[in-house]
Amino acid sequence: MAAAKATEVLFQPIFNNNPIALQILGICSALAITTTLQTTITMCLAVIFVLTCSNFFVSLIRTHIPTNVRIIVQMTIITSLVILVDQVLQAYAYEISRQLSVFVGLIITNCIILGRAEAFAMNNSPGMAAADGFGNALGYSVVLLFVGASRELLGSGTLAGAEILHPVAEGGWYAPNGLMLLPPAAFFLIGAFIWLLRAWKPDQVEEPQFRIAPNSRSVEAF
Amino acid sequence: MAGNRDSIANTIRVSFLVCLVCAVVVSTASVGLREAQHENQMQYRQINILRAAGLYEPGMDLREAFERIERRFVEFGTGRYVDMPTDYDPMRAARDPARSRAVTPDPAGIRRQPHVGEVYLAWSEAGELERIILPVHGYGLWSTMYGFLALEPDANTVAGIGFFEHGETPGLGGEIDNPRWQAVWEGKRLLDDDGAVAIRVIKGAVPDGATNREHLIDGLSGATITTEGVNRLVRFWVGDQGYGPYLERLRDPYRGNDTT
Repeated sequence: MAAAKATEVLFQPIFNNNPIALQILGICSALAITTTLQTTITMCLAVIFVLTCSNFFVSLIRTHIPTNVRIIVQMTIITSLVILVDQVLQAYAYEISRQLSVFVGLIITNCIILGRAEAFAMNNSPGMAAADGFGNALGYSVVLLFVGASRELLGSGTLAGAEILHPVAEGGWYAPNGLMLLPPAAFFLIGAFIWLLRAWKPDQVEEPQFRIAPNSRSVEAF
Repeated sequence: MAGNRDSIANTIRVSFLVCLVCAVVVSTASVGLREAQHENQMQYRQINILRAAGLYEPGMDLREAFERIERRFVEFGTGRYVDMPTDYDPMRAARDPARSRAVTPDPAGIRRQPHVGEVYLAWSEAGELERIILPVHGYGLWSTMYGFLALEPDANTVAGIGFFEHGETPGLGGEIDNPRWQAVWEGKRLLDDDGAVAIRVIKGAVPDGATNREHLIDGLSGATITTEGVNRLVRFWVGDQGYGPYLERLRDPYRGNDTT
């Protein structure tokens, strides 16, 4: 991994090593803020910024970070970046910041960010770490955009606020699927995404941890 | 480097420097952006005042629209206008025992109420009173709902209602934001012929033959407790403990312009 090429580090996490689809990290925010495309896009940009910067700065001081407090140092850097994003959103995109509410702050607890800081940035140069952060954030964004677009289209009949499917309530033909606006729908969509991805790239299918043995006949058990 | 990296001195040094740099970044952002954030909050409030009054159009010039809106302070007990500093905040006053009282009985679930509240008066270009806008709040199912109730100049007919902050269930209680439900409020009357507060949000739809339809509002299905909360908060704020005495003064045509 140490000699990995920058382009590989950058593009590998999008489909081959996707943080949500393969590592199953960062699911929480993928459920919470994907009811409309607009909030989804804002969230993606925020995560791209935080993940790229946090990886860069952690990598920059990686040789000085004492190993016994490294997680706290990483968290301090991540938290500061998230507060920065939150403050900027409140100042320049107030409406969106209200919709995202607590979930901007919860970027801090997004496992992808701490995961990349600990797994990659601590062992690689700042440039590579930033590329890795950017790539992983892109992988996260791909899934989020897929989920966000599907949920808004099927749940409200719109995309980024523009009407695509004319809903019945306004005299059209499309009966919006209310389930799509509830958190379980995001699980279904992420599940579908993982299914499609693994059908396309079968090497991502995990080896079952155990196999179910055929039932023993009751006479044999006694 | 690797040798003394884990020493206690280095641990303390690195921790201190990281904290220092992060603290500077965070506080710079917070202080530097405070102005813009405050501006946004004020704007958001103004938009909601205009929206409740039915005067808001997307893309309008807020500053210009708000020039015709006057902010006044009202003492709840007497219903009289009082002078307060412009930065007076009723929400903050409600937390100060010297400037507020504990509410008993407390149907709206607000616990404390300031002695002095605010109202917004919308004037037409000709200088006539168009809307009386009252800030209201109360507890729903999960959260305190903050909003505005707008009245016609007769201080009895509802011109609109809107909530700008609540945490009710999206799709159920959250439908209090639905413009079609809010439209049901328009034209409803607060008081019956005897002058008692008669407006009420009922469970389910108002039956066709009801004689007091002008006081009744359909409840939202699936949001019984939230709409009951709206019912209670509206009845509280237009009642004797809320803006009742003030509205009573406005209704009296001879003293309607008394600004003492």
